[in-house]
Amino acid sequence: MTGQEFRTDRGGLVDRSRPLRFRFDGRDYTGYEGDTLASALLANGVHRTGASIRLGRPRGIFSAGVEEPNALVQIEEPFPEPMLPATTVELYDGLVARGLGGRGRLADRPDPARYDAIHAHCDVLVVGAGPAGLAAASAAASAGGRVIVIDDQPRPGGSLLGAGSPVPELPPNPELRLLTRTTAFGYYDDNYVVAVERRTNHLGANAPAHLSRERIWRIRAREVVLATGAHERSLAFADNDRPGVMLAGAARTYVNRYGVRPGRRAVVMTTNDSAYAAALDLHAAGVEIAAVADLRPGGSPAWAQRCAERGIDVLDGHAVARVIGEDRVSAVTLRRKDGGPARDLDADLLLVSGGWNPVAALYSQAGGRLTYDEELGAFRPDGSCRQAVTVVGTHTPGIAVWTLPGGDPATAFVDLQRDVTVADLERATGTGMRSVEHVKRYTTAGTAHDQGKTSGTLTSGVVAGLIGAEIGELGTTTFRPPYAPVSFAALAGRDRGLRYDPVRVTALHAWHEAHGAPFENVGQWKRPWYYPGDGEDMVTAVLRECRAAREGVAMMDASTLGKIEVGGPDAAVLLDRLYTNMMSTLKVGAVRYGVMCRPDGMVLDDGTVSRLAEDRFLVTTTTGNAAAVLDWMEEWLQTEWPELRVHCTSVTEQWATVAVVGPRSREVVAALSPGLDVSREGFGFMTWRDAVLAGIPGRVFRISFSGELAYELNVSWWDAAALWDAVLAAGAAHGITPYGTETMHVLRAEKGYPIIGQDTDGTVTPYDLGLGWAVSKKKPDFVGKRSFSRADTSRADRKQLVGLLPDDGRTLLPEGAHLVETPALPEPPVPTLGHVTSAYHSAALGRTFALALVRGGRDRIGERVFAPLGDDLVPVTITSSVLYDPEGARRDG
Amino acid sequence: MAEPTTRHSPLAGAADRLARVTDAAGGAIAMAEVPFLTQLDLRLDPKGPAAAALGVTLPTHACTSARSGDVDVLWLGPDEWLVVGPPGAAERLAGQLRPAAGSEHVSVVDVSAQRTTLLLSGPRVRDLLALGCAIDLHPRSFGPGDCVQTELAHAPVVLFRRDPGFLIFVRASFAAHLADWLVDASVEYTGIPT
Repeated sequence: MTGQEFRTDRGGLVDRSRPLRFRFDGRDYTGYEGDTLASALLANGVHRTGASIRLGRPRGIFSAGVEEPNALVQIEEPFPEPMLPATTVELYDGLVARGLGGRGRLADRPDPARYDAIHAHCDVLVVGAGPAGLAAASAAASAGGRVIVIDDQPRPGGSLLGAGSPVPELPPNPELRLLTRTTAFGYYDDNYVVAVERRTNHLGANAPAHLSRERIWRIRAREVVLATGAHERSLAFADNDRPGVMLAGAARTYVNRYGVRPGRRAVVMTTNDSAYAAALDLHAAGVEIAAVADLRPGGSPAWAQRCAERGIDVLDGHAVARVIGEDRVSAVTLRRKDGGPARDLDADLLLVSGGWNPVAALYSQAGGRLTYDEELGAFRPDGSCRQAVTVVGTHTPGIAVWTLPGGDPATAFVDLQRDVTVADLERATGTGMRSVEHVKRYTTAGTAHDQGKTSGTLTSGVVAGLIGAEIGELGTTTFRPPYAPVSFAALAGRDRGLRYDPVRVTALHAWHEAHGAPFENVGQWKRPWYYPGDGEDMVTAVLRECRAAREGVAMMDASTLGKIEVGGPDAAVLLDRLYTNMMSTLKVGAVRYGVMCRPDGMVLDDGTVSRLAEDRFLVTTTTGNAAAVLDWMEEWLQTEWPELRVHCTSVTEQWATVAVVGPRSREVVAALSPGLDVSREGFGFMTWRDAVLAGIPGRVFRISFSGELAYELNVSWWDAAALWDAVLAAGAAHGITPYGTETMHVLRAEKGYPIIGQDTDGTVTPYDLGLGWAVSKKKPDFVGKRSFSRADTSRADRKQLVGLLPDDGRTLLPEGAHLVETPALPEPPVPTLGHVTSAYHSAALGRTFALALVRGGRDRIGERVFAPLGDDLVPVTITSSVLYDPEGARRDG
Repeated sequence: MAEPTTRHSPLAGAADRLARVTDAAGGAIAMAEVPFLTQLDLRLDPKGPAAAALGVTLPTHACTSARSGDVDVLWLGPDEWLVVGPPGAAERLAGQLRPAAGSEHVSVVDVSAQRTTLLLSGPRVRDLLALGCAIDLHPRSFGPGDCVQTELAHAPVVLFRRDPGFLIFVRASFAAHLADWLVDASVEYTGIPT
């Protein structure tokens, strides 16, 4: 443990009664509450934090804020976090970190902390709680506005903190919210600003688990005030990267805000007045000032006078000629910039101010342009932006000087993090590059974590000099979000795991869970996949479920099917136009299967249409397409046929659906609804009835998705569990067997019923599926009709849905497997006949089978083709897509 | 009308967890399901004869509602409203609307079971909702009686500002997801990790 020998005796905003222990690069130190890791290191005399990424040169703490290009650290404890600038890490007890030369290391374990996001709205958003931002916020709040002020520091004050000046209080106001430790990093259209708040990072291991560690703020503001201040920039000169070279304003901040002397003896190199204040404040804190070199001939007489009063040498028209020392500055040579005698000055600190760049990143992201200001020697917002944004603040006059004369350009750095030197820029412009964007991409200047905050304008300035252009015409590179690095954990927030996307469940979900069903994802829905019995694997369970449906009775939860009530005098007209088949001829009480196509004639969805009343229909959709089909109907109604008097209402969750399937299903439904005529004659296939089922009012549909005698029972979502239990009880005598989606798929595939989206891919017509019978020849028009007269949709060699029987009866073809004509593969490219869309074990067939889309498939029925699987070519025979009960004898029981 | 005891509301299984949040939040947040409300989706011409059938002027300003007796009528679109009444009132309310339509084309669909309802209240309720809803719910822009179709926790909902807090209409299939999300979002106030 070493003492804080560079800590001043008093002053600063650190709490000297609260020492904090930390470890850096394997050594133990102490700092105080209120320190950053950087200020605590400097208090202990540590400047060097690592080596540069490309050249391996020693590097140290260069700034005191988010602009830091050098001092990246890897946090090790309490939780690993890579690539944080030491100047932005608030010190906490138990912090363990090490210096980084560039890349860091992600944690090898999940982050236990919470992260979240929140929306906020205000009349005025003020970014930056320095003197200008605080004034703007007070004014906006007193005018009655809802105001949010955000600042990246732990307390308001901005530049006042570094200057050691008092900070004005914000007026108490319930509509004024101050967010500290919050960085606005993105500015999007309509004054949408995204920020990250570091809520508990500064508490280290003591952070409470119930609070999010970081929070993303999504702020919508009527007006935005940017009071983001300025970043000091350096100058390009040989060995300007040595530890001990520091921005002058940063050194002033370390003294005033943190009570830390960044060195014992300093040389100050400046092009403007601001560094004099740093020199005087450091001097007052006990740092010896060897000299202030002011590049301007004549310097600043007023500041020179103040320096003289304190015995500080000011050398106007002087520049740094040489920096001595590798791991740390040990001496600095000054010389008149037009030559003359050199002065060697011992110093462990070289403070540099090359001018101040207004922080214009957010303004630029907002769509505002920057203009070069001769008086500032910097780019500033031009004041006109398409968004409601105002920029406020004061400025420091400066001069446009970028490089100091003499020295090796290969050690004169512009971008410290990317190790880009003046020599690199010379090489880039030497190849003919004239745009700073090209130079940026070629040299990587400005592409590091700091996005060139201290180096961007300097790079532009040096390039302008090299190619003889005006810097104002050359401009800057583009500012893009994020302004400062943001962790992926923060951006992900709570949208992880099960909360990444909503999970939709049916009213019977708890039963499915309790009975051990694994779930299949269908869109956002969780559907029970199968119900494994004791010791059963999936294949065994599904074969058992299939047998029950084909030989006895089985039941499934079909509640996820999309349901839309289509009502109005013109409802039948709408359905005639959207379905390929005729719906207007449907009688009340009848049901019809229907196919919908897009205008290109390709199948969009399928389902059933039941006529509830003369002017009301109930339409079902596939599970995944419920919202899309409702949107489809609304789009046609609102954009093409507004004259149709039709309303469409989603009732997907109004009704729960239980399918009762199998030769014994009639007995089960009869037992549930003694008043219902369930006879073959009294309740025919593809009709529906109102019914009371086990005392519950509902509807019964004679619909079959298996080819078996089957009923679909609809009751209110609230009554689903009672109905399910009643069906189980009524079917118990027949061994009723619940089944899941896998069995449903097998049963329908045995009958050749396609699943839209599984057996189709948006390039398949009803004819390709063998559903030509469902395409009306009588209707004058429907969506897709015109496309069926295109030559392409009537080609004989279109891919058509067929069945496949592997010759060995055992191979389960993978879905997506291709089919080829020959038993040996020809030289590539191998022509494919088509591919497998569905494949299953069939209990009814006693073998495996598949459905496939095969070129000219219906004409190939009976042919043997081959599926290349690994090194084998599996022989399969093409069959009709209807493999079970082709005569349809089973649907009426 | 009493509801049959065999009925299950979509969040019956979450009632205990919602109650625990309410208890642990110490008054900051309260949440509970309000099950079995009557909900009718109403589509008609607001200038037509059926518009007055509920004894209340149908709201035609976007995202507002009107109230008459025990019935709230929420604006969902230029010709669409959600009529919300106490449990068991579907037949009564549909019976008022359909005959009044005469020959006018009016659609009244019972969607009572389509969505269930959560009542959220407490001084921190707006902060809680802001974690998953992009709408400005400050009283200056979303006052009592205002309603909006939006997303909460990535799920489609209707938010209705109704004393003492917010009624959230959520589709039955999304209800468990939303309840899980709300319980987790409340950790900041309850201190109970999920």
